[in-house]
Amino acid sequence: MATPPNRVAPAGGRPAARPKAQGGFVYLPLIAGWLVPGAGHFLLRKWGRGALLAASILGMFILGLAMQGKLYTGGHDILEILSLVGDLCNGLPYFVSRALGVGADQVQMTTADWGSRFIVVAGLLNIIAAVDAHNLRTGRKPL
Amino acid sequence: MQPSHFTSVLLFALCASVVFGITMRDTPRRMFRYGLYCFALFVGSAIVLSWVMFLIAR
Repeated sequence: MATPPNRVAPAGGRPAARPKAQGGFVYLPLIAGWLVPGAGHFLLRKWGRGALLAASILGMFILGLAMQGKLYTGGHDILEILSLVGDLCNGLPYFVSRALGVGADQVQMTTADWGSRFIVVAGLLNIIAAVDAHNLRTGRKPL
Repeated sequence: MQPSHFTSVLLFALCASVVFGITMRDTPRRMFRYGLYCFALFVGSAIVLSWVMFLIAR
């Protein structure tokens, strides 16, 4: 069974421990996490979490490319546009892959369709991870 | 690389569960348990839906 979701305050009534006020740009972990998977957590010295997130997201992205998944470059219909948005969420790995010319232009086999979905979902997971890093930075989620 | 459909499901579930576990819970123990829960749901639902589609197609 699922564990209960995060609580804002512990059951004892005391407010949740908030991190000390930090200077600097609060959106830095969010932007870094988008550009490089796991980098937002690395900036907050969450090495283990960052490494696991990077391995999962980059692993999914690379598996997608290895399965001859398609890297979307433009959209002719709504599904392609949404897939392009998902791909863009990968940050630098997407742009580097585009520059290197990897990824299939057209889906030609079943596993390639899986690969395209892997790449899109890796981007969406990357955004979840980047927002998590931002929440850690702002204190919305306990460090 | 051409993994089978089931291998693809396992890889997808593993990667997604790790991210869900880390981002949706706040302590390592709860992260692990939630990740395991998500993995079981991903794989379990894929197996159940596969059988349903198999039975519908007959």
